[in-house]
Amino acid sequence: MSEADLRALGEEYKYHFVDEVKPVFVAERGLTRRVIEAISYHKGEPEWMLKFRLRALEIFQKKPMPTWGPDLSGLDLDNLVYYVKPAEVRDAKSWEEIPEEIRRTYERLGIPEAERKVLAGVGAQYDSEMVYHRVKEELERQGVIFVAIEEGMKKYEDLFKEHFAKVVPPEDNKFAALNSAAWSGGSFVYIPPGVKVELPLQAYFRVNTPEFGQFERTLIIVDEGAEVHYIEGCTAPMYSTESLHTGVIEIVVKRGARSRYTTIQNWSTNMYNLVTQRALVYGDAFHEWLDGNLGSKVTMKYPSSYLLEPGARTEILSIAFAKTGQHQDTGAKIILGAPHTSGTIVSKSISKGEGRASYRGLVKVLDGARGAKANVECDALLIDPESRTDTYPYIEIEEDTAHVGHEATVSKINDEQIFYLQTRGLKEDEAAALIVRGFIEPIAKELPLEYAVELNRLIELEMEGSVG
Amino acid sequence: MNQLEIRDLWASIDGETILKGVNLVVPKGQVHALMGPNGAGKSTLGKILAGDPEYTVEQGDILLDGESILDLSPDERARKGLFLAFQYPVEVPGVTIANFLRLALQAKLGREVGVAEFWAKVKRALELLDWDEGYLSRYLNEGFSGGEKKRNEILQLLVLEPAYAVLDETDSGLDIDALKVVARGVNAMRGPSFGALVITHYQRLLNYIVPDRVHVMMDGRIVAEGGPELALELEAKGYEWLRERVKEEA
Repeated sequence: MSEADLRALGEEYKYHFVDEVKPVFVAERGLTRRVIEAISYHKGEPEWMLKFRLRALEIFQKKPMPTWGPDLSGLDLDNLVYYVKPAEVRDAKSWEEIPEEIRRTYERLGIPEAERKVLAGVGAQYDSEMVYHRVKEELERQGVIFVAIEEGMKKYEDLFKEHFAKVVPPEDNKFAALNSAAWSGGSFVYIPPGVKVELPLQAYFRVNTPEFGQFERTLIIVDEGAEVHYIEGCTAPMYSTESLHTGVIEIVVKRGARSRYTTIQNWSTNMYNLVTQRALVYGDAFHEWLDGNLGSKVTMKYPSSYLLEPGARTEILSIAFAKTGQHQDTGAKIILGAPHTSGTIVSKSISKGEGRASYRGLVKVLDGARGAKANVECDALLIDPESRTDTYPYIEIEEDTAHVGHEATVSKINDEQIFYLQTRGLKEDEAAALIVRGFIEPIAKELPLEYAVELNRLIELEMEGSVG
Repeated sequence: MNQLEIRDLWASIDGETILKGVNLVVPKGQVHALMGPNGAGKSTLGKILAGDPEYTVEQGDILLDGESILDLSPDERARKGLFLAFQYPVEVPGVTIANFLRLALQAKLGREVGVAEFWAKVKRALELLDWDEGYLSRYLNEGFSGGEKKRNEILQLLVLEPAYAVLDETDSGLDIDALKVVARGVNAMRGPSFGALVITHYQRLLNYIVPDRVHVMMDGRIVAEGGPELALELEAKGYEWLRERVKEEA
């Protein structure tokens, strides 16, 4: 093992540090009309948005907690803080404008450096607000918009109103309603027709306040023939009490466009991560979800693609790693709603210790989607005898000419593989880590390099001393 | 004491004794052949040398350069310079040969191996084996034919350069061309700092890897030893002939 790897092993969860940041405003606990009004006031929103939020609050209050998935009984919604404004500055264009304590956090996470080297633009959210957003000037000149969602709402109101809450309406589910009521932060992205953004845009989400709920809301519009890759990364310090992250991501991929949305969440293991992500994909467009769930206590996340016009395509790649105390309930949803649409789901999960990884997915072919094709492959790897995995694949086909395939495997780390690798000099846990890395390789190789390296380091860390 | 020494080795699996007092010495600088009929315990011996936890050693010892390795894990044995080329190499999906080989080389040498150094080693080995660079980005043994798997074992042998190698039926399932290539690889390793035990059922491989000594195993013991001519005699007369002779002697 290299020196760098050894160092990484000593670091444990390296994002646990608590930042010394004094917020400028903290809402009272619980989600009430008063809190919603305070959020809206602090944002200086138009009246229609406050109305939208209050309507969503009613929907949220009416909808029961979902009981079909993971245990959410540890989540005390009345005890959370729903809005924390970290600083007066919002959406700074340079890191220098940001209060030093917050800036230091992002430096520690390596964000400004990554921005200089490998990204086309960066957004940074701290607790409830985006503190930074910047896109390379050259892209700005081509009409690319990459700003905080609040700025998008104010500066580009027509475009915003045309799509906001149209992809994921508040009625969709209880947590989409919660986000619609309490949303704060997230990105507004618009890529004009034919513009190809080659380097990724990245948003970075940090939660520092304990017993807090972060509700970012992102709206991405990829116009005809345009291309973009958006990456979202998440970390938080470890507190003994539970926190909540409930995002809503709405993506519109117009004709012939290509987009990819990558999430690597490495939340601390006191976080409930309940996210709704959906893309509407139009004629001959292609949308890809790449979803990595490593952290959190409970994650419920099923990125979905609605293929609305002929030739629309999607690919959903998902990796979940569940350790003791974690339940990763993840998967994907594809609705094939037009002729000759096609979709692929590849899901790989690893359960270790008493961790539990569930695949939950839906493939639905609507009547009239002639020649639609979908394929689902989900593979689970169990590290320990007490590890658990479940598969809930739902397939609904209303169209006779459609082809839908489903394949699922469950495997264990095989003693013969371990022995073989050991006879080549690798220690038992190194051998196990290599086998796990191999298991997720088909997805890991699709990640940007830094993320692939990070993922490998994390797996080595998790696998150390895990066998024998 | 520069030798691989097996001393009165008894071993069992699931309560069944397979090795019944094996004695065998392979000095460094020599290549020995281990022959015998199916079920004699040849492959078991190979796996036990490498430290397969499936088997229980009941009695005896294995010494590498005079030092017992019986209590060492398979990876510790490997790092001390022992290599087993598997009869049935295992598939490890998603792990490229290049990535795996570099990790193995680093483990063996106990230090970081730079890309340039690694490539130099691998390139030479590939040329010797007449193998395409493209194989390096294939996943370890996944979907390989029997011949490709064996060639891959020899590639590892050449890159890791162990002090002692045990080749378990590396010739089985190979056509004559592949056999020659494998032999070329092993012969390239021959020299004063390398010892090998070549396990084979047939004498065919020994036309290309000419052994210094031949040992014959039957029913868990070494029953005959001799020069390369012993292999030829076995080929001509068959194992039954030897079995009769052993009976008469007993």
